[in-house]
Amino acid sequence: MSPERPAVGDLFRRFRARLAVEGAARPGEPGGHAPKAGTHGSRATGTGAGVARTDAGAAEAGLAPQPLRDVPPVERRRGRRKGGGGEQLTVPPAEFTSYYGRPILKAPVWKWDIAAYLFTGGLAAGSSLLAAGGQLTGRPALRRAGRVTALAAVSASAYFLINDLGKPSRFHHMLRVAKPTSPMSMGTWILTAFGPAAGIAAVAEAAPWLPERGVLGLGRRLLPPVGHAAGLVAAATAPALATYTGVLLADTAVPSWHEAYPELPTIFAGSALASGAGVGLLAAPPAQAGPARRLAVAGAALELWGSHRVENRLGLLSEPYATGTAGRLLRAGRALTAAGVAGALVGRRSRVLSALSGGALLAASVCTRFGIFHGGVASAKDPKYTVVPQRERARRRESRGPDVSGPGAGPNGG
Amino acid sequence: MPDANSLYGPLDPAPDAGWVEAGPRVGFFTDTSVCIGCKACEVACKEWNGVPDSGFDLLGMSYDNTGALTANSWRHVAFIEQPRPAGHRTPPFADTPTGPPASAQSAVTAAGTTTDTGTDPGVPPGRPEAAARMAAGPEFLGMPGAQPPGRATGADTRTDFRWLMMSDVCKHCTHAACLDVCPTGSLFRTEFGTVVVQEDICNGCGYCISACPYGVIDQRKGDGRAWKCTLCYDRLGAGKTPACAQACPTESIQFGPLDELRERAAQRVAHLHDRGVPEARLYGHDPTDGVGGDGAFFLLLDEPEVYGLPPDPVVTTRDLPKMWKRAGLAALAMAAAAVAAFVGGSS
Repeated sequence: MSPERPAVGDLFRRFRARLAVEGAARPGEPGGHAPKAGTHGSRATGTGAGVARTDAGAAEAGLAPQPLRDVPPVERRRGRRKGGGGEQLTVPPAEFTSYYGRPILKAPVWKWDIAAYLFTGGLAAGSSLLAAGGQLTGRPALRRAGRVTALAAVSASAYFLINDLGKPSRFHHMLRVAKPTSPMSMGTWILTAFGPAAGIAAVAEAAPWLPERGVLGLGRRLLPPVGHAAGLVAAATAPALATYTGVLLADTAVPSWHEAYPELPTIFAGSALASGAGVGLLAAPPAQAGPARRLAVAGAALELWGSHRVENRLGLLSEPYATGTAGRLLRAGRALTAAGVAGALVGRRSRVLSALSGGALLAASVCTRFGIFHGGVASAKDPKYTVVPQRERARRRESRGPDVSGPGAGPNGG
Repeated sequence: MPDANSLYGPLDPAPDAGWVEAGPRVGFFTDTSVCIGCKACEVACKEWNGVPDSGFDLLGMSYDNTGALTANSWRHVAFIEQPRPAGHRTPPFADTPTGPPASAQSAVTAAGTTTDTGTDPGVPPGRPEAAARMAAGPEFLGMPGAQPPGRATGADTRTDFRWLMMSDVCKHCTHAACLDVCPTGSLFRTEFGTVVVQEDICNGCGYCISACPYGVIDQRKGDGRAWKCTLCYDRLGAGKTPACAQACPTESIQFGPLDELRERAAQRVAHLHDRGVPEARLYGHDPTDGVGGDGAFFLLLDEPEVYGLPPDPVVTTRDLPKMWKRAGLAALAMAAAAVAAFVGGSS
């Protein structure tokens, strides 16, 4: 309990004050919370059973009018508005009941660290794949950049993950169990395999700086083959590292994350490839950057396909990805991805243009990760996204199977 | 050997979790038709379990100033005022004064009110449109009312209303998403079939909070760990009734073996239907529902969402095998793209 809580009753006084101010500000509304006479036009005076609970209150409060509450909602599959501008979603105003508008779900308590980790984890995976490719096909610039970036990114990931814990000093409790039903547990073990391998591979890059003689000279000779093996281990774990985060988000009650479970791993895989390619474009001379360019195209294709699907396939649950912060971030991500790929393909011979494209791809990956993260959080904060899809699901089930016992079904309901 | 229904479907959870000599599964049946909203359950729970105080202030949202289940409120009495008769057959308040109507404006303003519960996310603000919609109707008293019922208005403006009260609690699901996703093993299934957090193990990763389809479990600020109802694990071990059920003066909260409670609940619903309360229905009693049935289930008098409950919750891990499959495919695509990028082409 925080000691600096306001005095008891303070909150209520502020509520009363706000009510007085907001009530008075509405045109045609008598100010304050004073009782109103029953002469108000929007109010039915009828009594008795079956009085329809209408949205008169919403209209009265200066909000958008809503359809009748107890009327069964009409089918919502109206598709897209004809001739409308762009891909504007036509989700009709969702009509639902709630407990005083309060959210049903608890929104994720994950701070921005987790969104940042989604990026750094993917970057580590993408760049270690780039490094392994460079190592196997004799492109030292790609190898070096990939290994160093992978180590930096995986270290940042560890920091973000531990920093986000409620009790960071207990981070090692993650290593008590290995649970396939917990994507976070699986991710812990994937990181435990990937991290040291990426670290050794990056350290091996220091071999040329060691003296040729003595104990360190031995290191100079041993490090490259060890780094080679470690780089391959890291690359083998990298796809798991990049895609498990999709399951991590989807395996929650957060509506827009859960329903996007078929696409999230694909989006994150694409984003990881694109960010790895970005590193290659930034660090390698154009002569060695060919594979990075192709990786950028492949990554962008996966990412754009996936995010297009989540922004259009999920009906009402696509809305959080198209509006607000998440919508802006995902649109920026898409634009940056397109610019990055175009720049990478056009600027084959230009070091500057390649580097700029690499930067754009990295920025795109950041935007996409934060966009997906914020979209899910927004969907958990609004009861609409919990109630409306669940109601529709229950209705579909009831209309399909007459054997399903409805609410309050007879004595055998239990 | 894990049961075929380990992730979804009817199941007896304690044996599935490995308990060899588990007793009968126990739980709560909360009959909201006799709840009087006294909040003795909230207080008893705090007293017994040493839960920090919260909710000394007024939310401005009905007579409910707890707001939601949080890490610092393991029981939450919801309070709903509706502009409809308490019974369909015989409106008991047909000619009785019920007080001055206030606008839905107060509900809108109240939706923006939050209080520091000392937890995260605690009691977040609601959506004003949805709050107004709930309060809307021919008459709405406006909670909190400024005057006692029946004062200051003429009889012609008076109509019927009803109050709904419900003591909400952790549902102790058959398929508990919080338990499934916990990466430390802090959450575990007890021999009574309930779900409990081990406070010496929890490292506050917050995964259970996003996973709970009911929005029950919550994180305590400063402490950083997740907390929720334990169904008084310590009292159960000593053969006692959980504190809330013990304190409930109307036996709205009933504790016992789940099979027995389900039978009793079915009888109660049938009885209420006979007595002219057709809207009575059970919630969370069905072992074939999305979470395999709740260990704590309810008798409600309106749609679940009116009480802040999800209408059709499904445990997220039902889809987990499909999720891992999708991730595997995406990982393969990623590896293939990397190989192709380096093998194909010439530059």
